[in-house]
Amino acid sequence: MSYWDKEKECMSRSDLEKLQLRRLKETVFRLYAFVPAYQQKMDEVGIKPDDIRTLDDLKKLPFTTKSDLRDNYPFGLFALPMSEVVRVHSSSGTTGKPTVVGYSKKDIDTWSELMARALTSAGASRLSVIQNSYGYGLFTGGLGVHYGAEKLGASVIPTSGGNTKRQIMLMQDFGTTVLTCTPSYALLMYEVMQEMGVLPSDLKLEAGIFGAEPWSENMRREIENKLEINAFDIYGLSEIIGPGVAIECNCKKGLHIAEDHFIAEIIDPDTGEVLPEGAFGELVITTITKEALPIIRYRTRDLTTLNKNLCDCGRTHVRMEKVLGRSDDMVIIRGVNVFPSMVEHVLLNIPGVEPYYLLVVDRKGNLDQLEVQVEVSESLFSDEIRKLEELGAAITKELESALGVSVKVRLVEPKSIERSEGKAKRVIDRRNI
Amino acid sequence: MAKQISVFLENKAGRLSSVTRVLGEAGINIRALSIADTSDFGILRIIVNDPERAYKILKQAGFTVSETEVIAVKVSDTPGGLAAVLEQMSDQNLNIEYLYAFLGTSGDDALVIFKVEDIEHARKAFTAKGIPFLEENQLYRL
Repeated sequence: MSYWDKEKECMSRSDLEKLQLRRLKETVFRLYAFVPAYQQKMDEVGIKPDDIRTLDDLKKLPFTTKSDLRDNYPFGLFALPMSEVVRVHSSSGTTGKPTVVGYSKKDIDTWSELMARALTSAGASRLSVIQNSYGYGLFTGGLGVHYGAEKLGASVIPTSGGNTKRQIMLMQDFGTTVLTCTPSYALLMYEVMQEMGVLPSDLKLEAGIFGAEPWSENMRREIENKLEINAFDIYGLSEIIGPGVAIECNCKKGLHIAEDHFIAEIIDPDTGEVLPEGAFGELVITTITKEALPIIRYRTRDLTTLNKNLCDCGRTHVRMEKVLGRSDDMVIIRGVNVFPSMVEHVLLNIPGVEPYYLLVVDRKGNLDQLEVQVEVSESLFSDEIRKLEELGAAITKELESALGVSVKVRLVEPKSIERSEGKAKRVIDRRNI
Repeated sequence: MAKQISVFLENKAGRLSSVTRVLGEAGINIRALSIADTSDFGILRIIVNDPERAYKILKQAGFTVSETEVIAVKVSDTPGGLAAVLEQMSDQNLNIEYLYAFLGTSGDDALVIFKVEDIEHARKAFTAKGIPFLEENQLYRL
């Protein structure tokens, strides 16, 4: 078992909590002093920085949401003057104003440390050749992984996303050992490899570090079998820092959240109440070392559970369960919550079903309709209508019993569902509500 | 006995034309065809002059393709011709999954393509009853 920073990653929980409290107090003081929007929010609930005396006092502080970032667009929540900000990232802003995040020199160092930690946890080292196929640019994925891989001392191939044939050629020629991208892009790479006649055994690929979208355990199995690699889940979000907030270790029993930099809570998404350890709910994260954009109690919209038990890998940091879905990706069909990853998990349990699918939600009259499109691969195809209809009915039955909502399965031609070089689009919602 | 090529098609405009275009550009001639369809998808079944190449070309073009063994039976091109063959098949307990007619003819006879449950059984029964059917190479050359 190798660690990047064993002292921090394996520190005793009591030392860790002392460190967290000290850093939390500093963060709250700075925010109250330098960010008027935070001062106002705290004044509204009658909390002063001095009121934070224990870690438990964190729950007295108000939440921060995506709309707080938008309301203070672009730099209103920054706690440092722009002269101290060395980098800015931003969301694409497809659903409104983009959310903008800033980093000081030290923030970039922290982020690089966290990513180096994450890469090490997934087995990478300075001997690795890391092909980074996350998009470079305003998106935090590309540059975040890049700086961490350089910090680690690995050889980085900054391919960014796209031009898949060239990616595979370089992977082969440069002897890439670690691939970093979204899980859906990893699968697209495998498809293109097949078209090019490149076998996994022609590559030196050992591990993949996949994130930026929710993916199921069955998807992991699929990727590991097809590409013949070890696949790790990485978690992060730009509002907190970017990729590297949490990473799986070799045990793959949850993702370790870097608790020397973040405090994690689970809340009831409806009431905002903090839930006890082990309960399922929305992940809330507080940054305790960020300088340019410290964030208190950020509502991630991601649903998971937390586990503080000591991991077999020796790391003491709390583990979050693999995220089932972001509540933004969740579709509500006739009052039932459906996550694309649940559909994925069911589909990949059916032999011969390929990991490409699309949920199409529509409303007919007053009734929501969920259509799940599934590609008919060669192994599923039958020359007889009856057998294909039986296949459709079997998939429908599995989905309906897992989701608890009626589903219409539509069998579609192979490769007719759009392939993604970044975050896959899993849902089309045609309801105008 | 003959090899039929089956192609999965979504019920979308232009899908059939793209299959036929791919085959046409490769110089493959369609000799018989039928389409089975539901509201969402269809299966195109074709007999061509070169099934092996057709299979390869369609697969390369990204279609879901399979090969199925069928039998091409000569049926007298007169009223009651098909009925006579079907009666014989029924007597022999030959279950038909589907059938369709060939585009051309073989002399004075019509040709009908049968997909049966048990093709070996069909072959023996047809031979025993003197119902003429075409061998693979005869069919593709027509």
